[in-house]
Amino acid sequence: MGTYIARRLIQGVAVLLVASMLCFAIFRYMGDPVVAMAGLYATFEEREMVRRSMGLDKPIYVQYVRFIWNAAHGNFGRSFVTRVPALDLILERFPATFELACVAVVMAFCIGVGSGVLVSLKPYAWRNRAIMAGSLGGISLPTFLTGILLIMVFAVYLGILPPYGRGEVLDLGFWRTGFLTLDGLWHLVLPATTLAMYQLAVLLRLTRAGMREVLTEEYIKTAWAKGLPPRKVIFKHALRNVLIPVVTITGLQFGELIAFSIVTETIYQWPGMGNLLLTSIYENDQPVIVTYIMLAALIILTVNIIVDILYALINPKIRYG
Amino acid sequence: MAERRIRSRLLYSYLRDPSAIAGSIILFIFILAALLAPWITPQNPYDLEKLTLEYFLTPPIWMEDGTAPFILGTDDQGRDILSTIIYGCRTSLLVGFGVVLIAGTIGVTIGMLAGYYGKWVDTVTMRVADTLFSFSTTLLAFLFLGVFGHGSVFIVITAICIADWVRYARTMRGSVLEVKEAAYIMAARATGATDLRLLLRHILPNAVTPIFVVVAVDLAVVIMLEATLSFLGVGVPLTRPSLGMMIANGKQYIYVGMWWMILFPGAALVMLVVGINLFADWLREELNPKIKRKA
Repeated sequence: MGTYIARRLIQGVAVLLVASMLCFAIFRYMGDPVVAMAGLYATFEEREMVRRSMGLDKPIYVQYVRFIWNAAHGNFGRSFVTRVPALDLILERFPATFELACVAVVMAFCIGVGSGVLVSLKPYAWRNRAIMAGSLGGISLPTFLTGILLIMVFAVYLGILPPYGRGEVLDLGFWRTGFLTLDGLWHLVLPATTLAMYQLAVLLRLTRAGMREVLTEEYIKTAWAKGLPPRKVIFKHALRNVLIPVVTITGLQFGELIAFSIVTETIYQWPGMGNLLLTSIYENDQPVIVTYIMLAALIILTVNIIVDILYALINPKIRYG
Repeated sequence: MAERRIRSRLLYSYLRDPSAIAGSIILFIFILAALLAPWITPQNPYDLEKLTLEYFLTPPIWMEDGTAPFILGTDDQGRDILSTIIYGCRTSLLVGFGVVLIAGTIGVTIGMLAGYYGKWVDTVTMRVADTLFSFSTTLLAFLFLGVFGHGSVFIVITAICIADWVRYARTMRGSVLEVKEAAYIMAARATGATDLRLLLRHILPNAVTPIFVVVAVDLAVVIMLEATLSFLGVGVPLTRPSLGMMIANGKQYIYVGMWWMILFPGAALVMLVVGINLFADWLREELNPKIKRKA
C-alpha cells in the first residue's frame, strides 16, 4: 500500500510538471508579456527595462526554473488587466465556486443514486420507465441549455427565482458564504440544479445498471433466502457493492464538474472562478489563465489520488503491489 | 455463416425496438436535411446579400407579426431561424463525425497496440489516457480553444480529439485483451503470421464490435460539446452557423420575450442528441454479451 501511494504521488508530480511546462510555454510564447506589462506605447528602452526586471533576458531553462520556483510559492504574476496578483484574484472567487459545486454534487448524488436504486427494483413499472425516459432527456440536454431553460421558466415567466448573481453574502473574513443568508440560498437554487442535472442522470443510469447486475448475483439470493429485511439486502448487500465503482467514476470525472461549473457560472453570472476564467480568456489575461490551469490541475490530481487510495482501501479484491 | 446470423439477429431485434427505429429515423432526417441544406432552406443565413434588416426579430409564422417565408421567425440580424438551424446542424454533424473518425482511428490504434503488446506500452499509454480522462474532454477542449483561439472548424475538432480518443482506446484495449487469448489467434501465430497481419486480419475484426457502441454514444457527446463550446464563444468561428452560437445570441433577448431564438435551436439540438442516444441505448443492450447471457 505504501509503495502504491508513493507511486501515485510521483505520477501526480510528473503530470503537474508537464502541466507547468505547457503553462510556461503559453505564458512565454503566446503573445509578448513585455508588451502586455509595459503597454503598447512604451519606448524601446522602457521595454528593455521591463524585460530585464522580469528576467526575460535570461536563458529559457533559467526562466522555467524561476517560473516553477515562483509557482511553488504561489506567485504567478499579476493580472494584465487589474494588476492584482493572479492567485489572489482566483482565490477570492474560490468560495463561490466551491459552494456551488458542493451543493450540486450532494444534490446529484442523493437524487441520482436514490432513484437509481428505486428504478432497478422494478425496472418495468411505468413510473420507473418514465424516470428512465427522463434520464435520457437528462443526458441529452447540454448544461448550458438546461440553465437557459430554467431561467426562462423560473425567472422570466414565473418570476419566482433570481436569474443571476449570488445574492447577499456573509463575509467571514477569509470566506464569503451564501449559505447563511436566505437570499444567498435562494440564488443558489437555479445554478445548483443546473450543475447537478447532468451528473444526476449519469449517476442514475450507472446505479441502475450496477444494481440490475448485482441483484441477480448468488449472494443476493442467499441474503433474501436467509430472510433478511429488504432494507438490509438492498442497501447493505447490493448497494454497497454498486457504490464502489459509482463513487470512483464520479471522483475520476472531477474535471467534468469543473468544466460544467464554468458553463453554469457563465450563464448565471455567478462570481466564481469559472466566470473569471472565461472573462480572462476574452481579455487575453494570461497570468490568470495560467494560474487557473495550474490550480485546476492540482485540484483534479489531488482528488484523483484520494479516490484511488480510497478505492484500494475499500475494495478488498484489489491489492496493489 | 456466423456473421450472417449475427446480422439477421441484429436486424430482427432492431425491427422490434420502436425507440431504436425512432432514433435512427431522427438521425437520418437530420443528416439528410444537413446534406440538402442549400436546396431546402428559404435563405442562406450566412450569405450577406440575402439578409435584410427589414425582417429582423420576426416571430414565428403562426403568431401575429409572422411573415412568410420565415416559418420559425428570424433573429436580430434578420436571419431565418429554420435555415440557420439546418445550416447549424451541418456544423454539428461535421464536427461530430469528424471527431468520431479522427479520435476513433487514433483511439482504436492505440488501444489495440496497448492491449496486444502489453508491458510498458500498455502502462504508458493507459497512464496518459487516465490523466487526460480525469481532466475531461470538455475542460481540455475549452482550455485549448481558450488559449489557441478558434479560427476554424478544424481547430475545434482537434481540441475535442485531445482527450476524446481515450474512450475508444480503453474499450479497444479491453476487447483486445480478451480476443488475443483465443485459440485461433494462437493458431494464426503458429502459421507464422506477422504482428501486423495478426492485428489487422485477426484481432481487429474480432475485437471491434464494442467500438460501435462507443461511436454512437460519442457522437451525441461531441455534438453537445461543440454546441457548448460555441455557446461559450470559443467554438466555431462567428462566420459559421452553429446551434450553440444561436442560443448564446438568443440569450440576450430572453427577458423581452423573443423565445423563438432559443427554443427552436435548443429543440433541434436536443432532438438530434436524443435520436442518437436512443439508437445508442439499443445498440448497447444488443451488443453487450453480459446482459444477453443473463436475460
